Amino acid sequence: MRTKIKFSSIVGFLILIILVVPLLIVIITSFGEESAISFPIKGFTFDWYANVFQQPDFVEGLKMSSIVAVLASFLALLVGTPIVYVLTRFDIHHKDWFQTIFLSPALIPEIVIGFALYQALVISLQLPLFISLIVGHFLLCLPYVVRLITAGMMEFDESIEEAAWMVGYDKVSTFFKVVIPNIKQSVVAAFILSFITSFNNIPISLFLNGPDLNMLPTSILNYLENNYDPTVSAVSVILMIITASIMILAEKYLGLNKLT
Amino acid sequence: MKRSTVLLLSPGLLLIIVLLILPILQMFLPTFVGDQFFLEKYLNFFHSSGNIQVILRTLMIAVITTLITLSLGLPTAYWMSRLGERWKKVVSIIVLFPILTNAVVRNFAWITILGKNGVINNLLMQLHLIEKPMTLLYTNFSIVIGSVYLFLPIMITSLVSSFSQLNFEVEEAASVIGARPSIVFFKVILPQLSVGMLTGSILVFVGSLTAYTTPQLLGGNKNMVLATLLQQQSITLGDWTSASVVAVILTVIAVLVMTIMNYGTKLMDRRNAK
Repeated sequence: MRTKIKFSSIVGFLILIILVVPLLIVIITSFGEESAISFPIKGFTFDWYANVFQQPDFVEGLKMSSIVAVLASFLALLVGTPIVYVLTRFDIHHKDWFQTIFLSPALIPEIVIGFALYQALVISLQLPLFISLIVGHFLLCLPYVVRLITAGMMEFDESIEEAAWMVGYDKVSTFFKVVIPNIKQSVVAAFILSFITSFNNIPISLFLNGPDLNMLPTSILNYLENNYDPTVSAVSVILMIITASIMILAEKYLGLNKLT
Repeated sequence: MKRSTVLLLSPGLLLIIVLLILPILQMFLPTFVGDQFFLEKYLNFFHSSGNIQVILRTLMIAVITTLITLSLGLPTAYWMSRLGERWKKVVSIIVLFPILTNAVVRNFAWITILGKNGVINNLLMQLHLIEKPMTLLYTNFSIVIGSVYLFLPIMITSLVSSFSQLNFEVEEAASVIGARPSIVFFKVILPQLSVGMLTGSILVFVGSLTAYTTPQLLGGNKNMVLATLLQQQSITLGDWTSASVVAVILTVIAVLVMTIMNYGTKLMDRRNAK
């Protein structure tokens, strides 16, 4: 047994290093003075961070990505929570069938969703890009909401709800005053995970952005096609800081295991 | 069905039908009409050896990525599940961080490592092991490296959750009655992990099969996969029908793989429950 534990410790430790080192290299290259990315770096500067904020695509992209992520996550919760409540609490036929429908956006490849929405909403229905983006990201977030809220409802004791009915609450006020507060953690976790998923998405945004409407990840992708300078490293570090902040917040209020 | 049930379910159902199912149908249908034979566009697609190569490359990358992440993930997850509470938490954070970090960032990291003036070429040239920089980037190899880096944390996470349900007493019992470590691993541990391994494999296989960002950034123009071909046909060339054909093929492969593997997971779950 000893040898196997030793073997797995060595592999495990190496894997951790392999996971961390590429991100460390990105962090280090963001401070290099040379205009081509090099490692090890020569000199030390914060100029590339200043340059990030001089790129209108990045600044506008950050704003737009945040707005879309918040709206899409909120919509997904608004639509998803009642669905999950019905599916977990009511006795209905073909429950699996409904579950599959509401999880179906996760079955279709994201890039296909983006492409289909572009044809249907932007070309055929002439909807504005912004609306189409919200739709795409809402579809992206819905399966996460359904999965996490379902887990939350499973843990929540049904008899508490029945007690509320017995003391005279009707079903609607029970839902808002008893059910929602009891599954609050799952709701917050679903929001955080939806936000991150939407914020990081590329394949759906790819088809649904235009000259006046930039999302941050696709802007970085476009920038990388024509440039290869430490500005990309700097904006990557900013994205890592955002990820880290969200993780710290999630850990503080939920515990990180809620997110996986 | 009661009226309240209908009332609560219908907005969601309507949204899914109008915003997902109808657009998908609108994309699928034109690929089957307008010719003498309804599959003509697909026959034409498969007639080109370049397209066949794209499909094979996409499948190969997904298979290799799944196998590598599985074989690296197993010992890592095993090690993690045996750590003390505090270290386990630290390691989980290190594994979770890349999952939540943008794919562009993670792929960009490998451009700086594998590029012509990248970390590896620079290092090897300074050590005089090579004279000219090697071509590591924009190859199938770099797509696999990038995909493994992208999906390994996801594989580890799904394995860890099944390792934590593992019954270590059975393992000890097996070694007490004299089973060799390799026998214990293959006959006692692995069967208990099969569900976690399948769940992780579904996520990684389908994820790398449909991934766009990694092949786009690390594969270059020569090493197309289905997702980048779809983007090229539609956005770059404006050939919507050809792009739709690619989209249908990609969707069918992904849904087929997921259905088969999910069915396998269910079978195994049932067998384990007995």
